[in-house]
Amino acid sequence: MPTRLILESPEATRAGPVAMSDVTAAVEVSHLSKCYGAVAAVHDVSFSVASGEVFAFLGPNGAGKTTTIKMLCTLARPTGGRAKVDGFDVERQPKAVRRHIGLVFQEQTLDDQLTAEENLRFHAVLYRVPHAEVEDRIDRVLRLVALSERRRDLVSTFSGGMARRLEIARGMLHTPAVLFLDEPTIGLDPQTRALMWEDVLRLRREEGVTIFLTTHYMDEAEYADRIAIIDHGSIVALDTPGALKHQVGADTVELVTTDDTLAAARLESAGFRVRHGEETLVVFAEDGEAQVARLIEVAGVPVSNVHVHRPTLDDVFLHFTGRQIREDHAEHTMPMRMRAFTRRR
Amino acid sequence: MTTTTVGVPAGSPVLADERENLGSELRTIGMVWQRELIRFVRTRTRILSSFVQPILFLFVLGYGMSTLVGTTGGFDFKKFVFPGIVSMSVVTTAMFSAISIVWDREFGFLREMLVAPVSRGALVIGKTLGGASVATVQGSIMLALAPLIGVHLTALLVVEVVGLELLMAVAITSFGVFVASRIQRMEGFQVVMQLLLFPMLFLSGALFPLKGLPAWLAVITRINPLTYAVDPLRHVVFAAQHMPPAAAARFSTGVTLFGYTLPLGAEIAVVGVFAVVFLGFAIAAFGRPE
Repeated sequence: MPTRLILESPEATRAGPVAMSDVTAAVEVSHLSKCYGAVAAVHDVSFSVASGEVFAFLGPNGAGKTTTIKMLCTLARPTGGRAKVDGFDVERQPKAVRRHIGLVFQEQTLDDQLTAEENLRFHAVLYRVPHAEVEDRIDRVLRLVALSERRRDLVSTFSGGMARRLEIARGMLHTPAVLFLDEPTIGLDPQTRALMWEDVLRLRREEGVTIFLTTHYMDEAEYADRIAIIDHGSIVALDTPGALKHQVGADTVELVTTDDTLAAARLESAGFRVRHGEETLVVFAEDGEAQVARLIEVAGVPVSNVHVHRPTLDDVFLHFTGRQIREDHAEHTMPMRMRAFTRRR
Repeated sequence: MTTTTVGVPAGSPVLADERENLGSELRTIGMVWQRELIRFVRTRTRILSSFVQPILFLFVLGYGMSTLVGTTGGFDFKKFVFPGIVSMSVVTTAMFSAISIVWDREFGFLREMLVAPVSRGALVIGKTLGGASVATVQGSIMLALAPLIGVHLTALLVVEVVGLELLMAVAITSFGVFVASRIQRMEGFQVVMQLLLFPMLFLSGALFPLKGLPAWLAVITRINPLTYAVDPLRHVVFAAQHMPPAAAARFSTGVTLFGYTLPLGAEIAVVGVFAVVFLGFAIAAFGRPE
């Protein structure tokens, strides 16, 4: 469906510089592909992320999100196309790329027999944080994720949410230009997820880091400045959350009236598109909220209930991919829980 | 590694970056080594278990066999088997440390190391030195039992033993890191222990003299690299003891190849080459990218 493929809309250009030649781009990807045998996990993907942007890859499992992140982090070799992270080519300068990125994986990668501080110290050495700065950086990143109190505690005593926040802190320790978060909130409860998002947005604000994340939670994609919807290895839409919703269509206003037939006739003659729902009238309107008063006036019959529905990202996803995103929490949280039990070595 | 200079501000000479590289690699080796030590100190049960097993062997085998073998001029089987038990302690700990890579893989920490902008060589060397240090410490603790079974210790002997333990530990740890790099699943760990570690230990001359074995067993012990690590240890321990000639003949040291007894230096060289070769293999096998 080529008409649906909008990679660069006017909104996107206003939201941030996205031109491929832009020197400030934190991530530049052109025609990137990755095939495993005959299977194309990622197919001809192009986009660019501006410095300081929060950029989300939204898509179901198996859509190619993790494969893309792996290529950007030099953990998988592209089979086609090019990618640059912070100006470094992922294929030709992998070490330079790794030094300028922070990584938080889906799976936990902490040593739970070390303390929070020891995990950070290990990371600081591996990522060449200058010796004189290590203490300050550790203090700072722990404060950013509110774990200063637990500094000397073994990671094995941490909850899943705390461990994840520590990993984010660790990812930020060497002041990376881009922080990659692969499904950062998977297996976390809603409260912890919200807390984690506060951390992430604070990082962006205070450290100016570019954040590239993948998620299959719609509500999380809302936090992003721009969203790329990826399905079957290709980007099917890329824009700001607002613009994407706008593209899906107008708001709908549901009216419960005493006389639907009369109200519908009057609204239609005033130029509104109207559909009869179950015991309601559904009116399509641009900016539904602002139109409510006028709709009631035009209907001219007593209205007992009004409900304005704005398109959600779920609608956006449905619109672009033709299906609902799979909500497979159980599939993911189960192995995490199982792991929690077997973590003690 | 010329590509790494791109990120350095203009004007930085390549040489400075190379030097910085070396410093960073050394710090990485130190950090990975330190982690092994921290983990060792923190897991008391592991220290205890790798302590109990050799003691069990020492006393059960030592006392059990002593009645059968008897003493020769005051020299009994316990004294004979002691250097073998020390080796056993070193080898088991070294192998266990190396194999912990499988745990690191299972629990994700391996990934944290592999994505870091450091060379695999630094990671493997750090891991090997860490495991070897831990194993040497563990083996040296066993020396405390020496007076109990009448093995005489001198300062020189302790230095010699620790040196040989370290060499043996480096060899076994690098071998173990290589094996662990090829193991993808936890189940593989048991297989390695059963199929590699125990046969290597039991067929190394740690627990019985190498002289007068049936031909097939003699061949196996000579193929086993551990044989060349255990014998020098026994040699230096025996050299420090007062041994009547009859005992020296009965509990002999030295590995014979085609009727020729290898000098101590040759045995040490065999172990050294083994260590270097497997360190190379381990670096090559460690965490290949997709």
